[in-house]
Amino acid sequence: MKLRLRSIVIHVFAWALAIAWLFPFVGLLMASFRPIPEIIGGWWNFGQFSPTLDKFGSAFSKIGTGLGNSVLIAVPGTLIPMFVATLAGYGFARFSFPVRDYLFLTIVLLMTIPQQMVAIPIFRIMLGLGLANTVSSLILLHSAWGLPWIILFMRNFISSLPKEVEEAARVDGASDFKVFFRIVLPMALPALGAVAVLQFMWVWNDFFFAVLLCPATVSCMPATVALIRTIGRFEFDPGLLAAGSVLVMLVPVAMYAVLQRYYIRGMVGWTIKG
Amino acid sequence: MLRLVFFAPALLLVLLFVAYPVFATIGVSLFSSDGSFVGFGNYGTVLGSPDTANLNGFPKPPPYGTLIHNAIWIGIHLPLSLFLGLWLALVLRDVKGASWIKTAIFIGMVTPLIVGGILMLYLYDGNIGVVPSFFNLIGVQSLATGWLQHPVTLLFGLIFGSVWLWTGFSLIVYSAGLTTIPKDYWEAAKVDGTSTFRMFTRVTFPLLKPMTIVVITMTILWELKIFDLVFGATNPQGGVGGAADVLGLQMYRYAFVQLPANVGAAAAVATFLSILTMVATVATLRYMVKR
Repeated sequence: MKLRLRSIVIHVFAWALAIAWLFPFVGLLMASFRPIPEIIGGWWNFGQFSPTLDKFGSAFSKIGTGLGNSVLIAVPGTLIPMFVATLAGYGFARFSFPVRDYLFLTIVLLMTIPQQMVAIPIFRIMLGLGLANTVSSLILLHSAWGLPWIILFMRNFISSLPKEVEEAARVDGASDFKVFFRIVLPMALPALGAVAVLQFMWVWNDFFFAVLLCPATVSCMPATVALIRTIGRFEFDPGLLAAGSVLVMLVPVAMYAVLQRYYIRGMVGWTIKG
Repeated sequence: MLRLVFFAPALLLVLLFVAYPVFATIGVSLFSSDGSFVGFGNYGTVLGSPDTANLNGFPKPPPYGTLIHNAIWIGIHLPLSLFLGLWLALVLRDVKGASWIKTAIFIGMVTPLIVGGILMLYLYDGNIGVVPSFFNLIGVQSLATGWLQHPVTLLFGLIFGSVWLWTGFSLIVYSAGLTTIPKDYWEAAKVDGTSTFRMFTRVTFPLLKPMTIVVITMTILWELKIFDLVFGATNPQGGVGGAADVLGLQMYRYAFVQLPANVGAAAAVATFLSILTMVATVATLRYMVKR
């Protein structure tokens, strides 16, 4: 009896906490589809309730281009480093050469560097390459920036794969590339799923690089920057900003809802062996 | 030699867009704005600046300077998010529908941090925010106003908000860690009559050490690098009086907002920040690279 009471208390508490945890999101949602005067004093007052999607319409007309740019940046910004890093990760896992471990460690160390550490030279390089204020500059930068963690992740994963199949294929005369494309890549697909969702989310959510390389040009600005620059926070319409924010977070949250197990695998994969 | 092809594209990209810029930034940090070599002068200027550390007349309300703010951030956010996540992971083992609760809490981790910052505007707003309304309800009038308009509540409000966004990480890592511990351990301890608290300190927590190390490292890195959240909730100055200014924002402001820009000082801030992140990581590197 005592145990059951304890269990009920825990359940009530845990569920109440989870609901309370969502309150800030609910607040943002309410501000996005209810007139602001109606929610003064709190969105939990439903005395007057006149939901409307107007703000979403006008928010979309302001940041629609930005959302499109985010897709244009995040898709190649995910696929390119995935491919390039899996090649290198395979190399680090299977080939041995003199400075391999030092080289690998250096690349891994670069993973911890803050974005600010490359900002000034990157800005100058992109200007020099004539890529400033283009979508391409962000694709290039995100591709390079994602490499260290994906190389580490893929190298760890490939190291845990059995070598026997590859060796058998080699005996049959398969080249390194054939082994990579025919054997390793298919076996690495589950890990690549985890890499894809995380890298896509990080590129989509990025703000610093975006505001560095495309602070004010609508044609290259991804959604995170468009939210600040075209809707703005100050001379501002709170309902519009809320609706824009909901639109920007919709993509990563929906992706998470659908592909949850890959996120967990990616986040936890390198903390727990095996 | 053909095997070089496996490495070449990765090395080229990393060299050009990560490694070279890192060294170039160190180079920039050694020169003043007019192009003359000043050695570590910029570091002296930055570390001596009230922007970075400003504790004169303490105790006083913020701003305390970016370095101190980042340190406060670590001091509050690290223990809160770590233990909250660990505790939830332990409790949720016995809860039906736990995966839904975890999903709800983890949403903060997939939300763009710039949106996370904007969310703070609504959460702490004096008219429509949940937090001031809550304090109004329980009769604490001093906290029943807009939090972001006052230095003390701005800094601490953003820190608590970041705990809310980030707790999903330690929850997920610890939850996965708990599934790797065989049930026999707890059952054996239970048979011996060990108390719940002793079971935690003697059995569970030590077995979770690898997860704890990862959570601590990742969390400290996140706290040191924090930028979007502050930018979204305030402005390039870090809010009223710079009360929520942080190192990442200070660098951005020096190089890309203020006129005239001071890239030397900005590069010095960036290098200093990188040294801090390196120190935080080196200790844990060996746990992340599988042998």
